[in-house]
Amino acid sequence: MAGVPPAAPAAGGAGGLRHVVVGAGEAGTRAAIALAARSGEGHRVVLVGEEADAPYERPPLSKAGADGVTCKPIAADGALAGVKTVFGVGALALDRAARVLRLADGRVLAYDRLLLATGARPRRLSCPGGERAAVLRTRADAERIFAAARPGARAVIVGAGLIGLELAATLRGRGLAVTVIEAAPRALGRALPGPVAEAIVARHRAEGVTLRLSAAVERIDDGAVVLRGGEAIAADLVVAAIGVEPEVGLAKAAGLACDDGILVDGGLRTSDPAIFAAGDCARLAHPRFGPVRFETWRNACDMGAAAAGAMAGEPVDHAPGTWFWSDHYDLGLQMAGRHDGGHRLVRRDLPGGFLLFGLDEDGRLATAAGIGPGNAVARDVRLAEMLIEQGAAPDPALLADPAAGLKTLLARG
Amino acid sequence: MTDWIKACAADDVDREDVLRFDHGGRTFAIYRSPDDGYFCTDGLCTHEAVHLADGLVMDHVIECPKHNGQFDYRTGAALRAPVCVDLAIYEVKVADGDVLVRVG
Repeated sequence: MAGVPPAAPAAGGAGGLRHVVVGAGEAGTRAAIALAARSGEGHRVVLVGEEADAPYERPPLSKAGADGVTCKPIAADGALAGVKTVFGVGALALDRAARVLRLADGRVLAYDRLLLATGARPRRLSCPGGERAAVLRTRADAERIFAAARPGARAVIVGAGLIGLELAATLRGRGLAVTVIEAAPRALGRALPGPVAEAIVARHRAEGVTLRLSAAVERIDDGAVVLRGGEAIAADLVVAAIGVEPEVGLAKAAGLACDDGILVDGGLRTSDPAIFAAGDCARLAHPRFGPVRFETWRNACDMGAAAAGAMAGEPVDHAPGTWFWSDHYDLGLQMAGRHDGGHRLVRRDLPGGFLLFGLDEDGRLATAAGIGPGNAVARDVRLAEMLIEQGAAPDPALLADPAAGLKTLLARG
Repeated sequence: MTDWIKACAADDVDREDVLRFDHGGRTFAIYRSPDDGYFCTDGLCTHEAVHLADGLVMDHVIECPKHNGQFDYRTGAALRAPVCVDLAIYEVKVADGDVLVRVG
């Protein structure tokens, strides 16, 4: 394990450290709150965010309600009381030799420990007219989309991943005609086992969403998306939902090791032991999955909290499982573990939905995905996640049996 | 002094589990602990309005089905982020095989 260099004397803290957190999304904000909770030890915490808004949750943005964009703050009143916040200001450069962060407004922040929680930015369409497509990442993005989402308008979403399809469901709910264009031969191919993806797609079709699979976008005109082959699909609103790229500009320019994300070890340290990274921007050396970058809300929360511990000098060996949820109409999807096409799948049918367990070649439970009304599958997916963490190899017949409680399979005590 | 209201039969709730109880336009969660104690809290998570009765009970902890926030259902204490506001709790007693709550 790399040693953390001795701290320079901190201004204002009795032996405390100057902590600077870059990025006020979920990971950065969670880290700042957790660091501030240790403020009794004399730490000082600065949270820098490019957006002017106080930190807010991103998952609700794709699920905007009838009364507009849902903007839910991450930190309850007072939770950031021990944190100096600098919002609406971007970070320009990281000077590792001097251990300072330079901000766009000319300020220079000295640090002993710095956390990069710079997140990710949506990929843009590279075709002609690609800049006409909106993206969905920030509150401002959501406001742009929902301002154009009038009943009867025609929306074209490029990309049939989770975000694209969540947005499709929301826009259908607001009375728009929705077409989703996907380059791959099937929707949701990256993250989900086939039968779960198919159930979600079937629901979208039943709700009147038009899915165009194996379709390439040639260009975006004013008022239409033109497919390769020349077909034009009329559109009042075009959204690109084709994934994100980790925001590594600051790290790369400072010479930190990056490879589709800022590389961190189990202690969430980058190649500079005074600098840590967490959330969407970080690629973790994971003992089970190899180098991996997660783009989930849970990962951002947990990695941010773990980074705070590591920055405060606590032993941290971060090796999380993975879990996410996604909502489509009244259907709730949850999945624990990392989808792998090689898993043996075992299905358990439930009222209005089903669970799908993935077993690895040794018969160990590796994934569990569930879909059903509301949060009907949440409890079982959570129990399956615990079984995965325990390395359990449950009898497939029990997994398939709705009468067999998953809790009885857990090792307790 | 508000009245005791019947929420459910004592054996409607499995051991180490939770049941939703709606009353007077409000929603509550009734818990039965591993040692057969009965408890009652507000039914919705304090982080986002999600029914806790869809969540998982382990020992004396209820975990929200959406964001994994956790509460001690005996005290209502928020135990794990993202929840930071405690749950309201209500008096419970068991009489003649029924779970009675005072939710006034």
